[in-house]
Amino acid sequence: MQHVDLYYDGSWAGLLTTIFEIFEFKIVPLSLRSTGERQQGMFQTEREVFTQQDKADRVMHGLIAKVGKKGYAELWHTYLSELPEAALLVVRVATYYFHEEKNVRLNFAQDHILQMKKIVKSVSRERHRMKAFTRFQLLADGLYVALIEPDFNVLPLVQQHFQDRYADQRWLIFDVKRRYGLLYDGQSTSEVTMDHTATMAHATLIDLHDAQEELYADLWKRYFKSVNIKERRNMKLHLQHVPRRYWRYLHEKSFGMEI
Amino acid sequence: MGERIKEKLEILADAAKYDVSCSSSGSNRKNKEKGLGNTGAGICHTYTEDGRCVSLLKILLTNHCIYDCAYCVSRKSNDIKRAAFTVQEVVDLTINFYRRNYIEGLFLSSGIFKNADYTMERLVLIAKKLRQEHNFNGYIHLKTIPAASPELIHEAGLYADRLSINLEIPTDSGLKLLAPEKNREDMIQPMTYLKDQLIKTKEEKKIFKSTPHFAPAGQSTQLIIGATGETDKQIITAANYFYRKFNMKRVYYSGYVPISYDSRLPAIGTEVPTARENRLYQSDWLMRFYGFQANEIVNDTHPLLDLDIDPKLSWALRNMDRFPIDINKDDYQLILRVPGIGVGSAQKIIAARRFGPLNLDHLKKIGVAINRAKYFIVCKGFMQIYADKRSDIIKSYILHSSKSKYLVTGNQQLQLF
Repeated sequence: MQHVDLYYDGSWAGLLTTIFEIFEFKIVPLSLRSTGERQQGMFQTEREVFTQQDKADRVMHGLIAKVGKKGYAELWHTYLSELPEAALLVVRVATYYFHEEKNVRLNFAQDHILQMKKIVKSVSRERHRMKAFTRFQLLADGLYVALIEPDFNVLPLVQQHFQDRYADQRWLIFDVKRRYGLLYDGQSTSEVTMDHTATMAHATLIDLHDAQEELYADLWKRYFKSVNIKERRNMKLHLQHVPRRYWRYLHEKSFGMEI
Repeated sequence: MGERIKEKLEILADAAKYDVSCSSSGSNRKNKEKGLGNTGAGICHTYTEDGRCVSLLKILLTNHCIYDCAYCVSRKSNDIKRAAFTVQEVVDLTINFYRRNYIEGLFLSSGIFKNADYTMERLVLIAKKLRQEHNFNGYIHLKTIPAASPELIHEAGLYADRLSINLEIPTDSGLKLLAPEKNREDMIQPMTYLKDQLIKTKEEKKIFKSTPHFAPAGQSTQLIIGATGETDKQIITAANYFYRKFNMKRVYYSGYVPISYDSRLPAIGTEVPTARENRLYQSDWLMRFYGFQANEIVNDTHPLLDLDIDPKLSWALRNMDRFPIDINKDDYQLILRVPGIGVGSAQKIIAARRFGPLNLDHLKKIGVAINRAKYFIVCKGFMQIYADKRSDIIKSYILHSSKSKYLVTGNQQLQLF
């Protein structure tokens, strides 16, 4: 048994490889961080994991066999939260799964499981919000573009939804915070990235708008105002459902404004 | 065309807003042949400032109406701006809003112009155009116009995901008072027709998978609350009747918003009964998801819901002999009866207790509201110390340990000082 501080490349495959090596080399991880966060100097207790796809695949299959696709997806959701404690939690839960004989995915009395379920719930809520709050703007060349800034890295989790729904239009959903997007060309979806000098902002999009874009955005704003029942006004509930941090991408709220 | 369509949208959205239904779930229409849209997700794309979900483009085709129902903002005698969309305008709005991910689909209702069939025909035409010309697979909710012919209702069912007809007034006497031209039988007839068709389609689908869709999200209705002095027992009994008799997917409750100086109705400025509305929805949930019977919630001895506490707690306090429930032994259905334990927590309890007995700390972490549940349960390391307490004492304990947003009695008054 060796107690070490682990580093991995930050990828999902890297995290799965880490789980493999923990069993292979009988490691007890004291901490787990991505290599980017590594301080100068190599201490005796540190160890770097190099991503190996075959090891990652074996862990994936092992987990699915043990706790099913749902159980595997929960771990992936936890990883996508990008929370500082997420990577180590994934490792701890996976280790627990492999150590137990039964499928213990639903043991809500276990602390790590409970902690993971909470994160999964937050990530799922954010995924759902992106299905709801993503707003496309139509450009003159026929491309529908949406800018998003989710709390967690949920773009991979909404790809299928938008692909199924908007199968007959070209669209791009761009995560401004993480500087990458998904582009659907009418046939398939691919990941697009942007270098650090380029900007993707409202201002640049407005010049490219389709002639009818402003009309429909305006109609939507008017619709939103008209369906409100002022006798029932309840801003607390409103804010609970539509927190302020999402407003800058919603036409009916403060679209395009810096908050 | 820009300015006129803006004004029309404002008028016809404003007139449709008192219909509270905005559900877009319960259907499973797939996107076929690379068309536009699908259903099933039930997404709220935004929320109004009154906190209601905006999922559908909810509009009237027109607010011209030949009827003069006292409770309705579009009644014939009301002096308001009138407008009407063309079929093409509704289609364009729906498609363009949908493509921008503003909405899940269309909720189309209408004032009644000329006659029932003439109005219903136009609603059906819009749905048909969306489905056939635009290969639109998003959600469509159509209103059934009372007294429309069965042929038209049938056609509506072929294109729509949900059909609904609003009962609005829960009692016959109330309807006679406020809408003397309307006939309850004209509303019941389409409901009966739809119920039969829905059952028939379900049966046929078992044999032929290719049986065409018929309103896959079923039918719903709405009851206005607080317009005619009805009791909660009358409302819940009516709702229960429609769930059972017509297989309704949903009954909606809409707290009456005063819109008229008519002396038959609550005066303008009267508060909307939102607290009561909330307690009715809680009762509705108890009937649909918790296995409660209508007469367990309200009955001749207790015809009104307690506004201070939720109806499940209310029931529990009236039936202390049914408790305590053993968290680690009793059935799911019994655990569901415990105040402070919802469907989610109950399922987690059942799942987790297979790995070992649960204690109070586990329950807390699972999400049980211990401050309410503790009077009604036993679990590992926790005996029922409150068992001999009277229910009114327990009620006051609970009221003093919680902050209900609707609480009108008890500790809230202290906040003044």
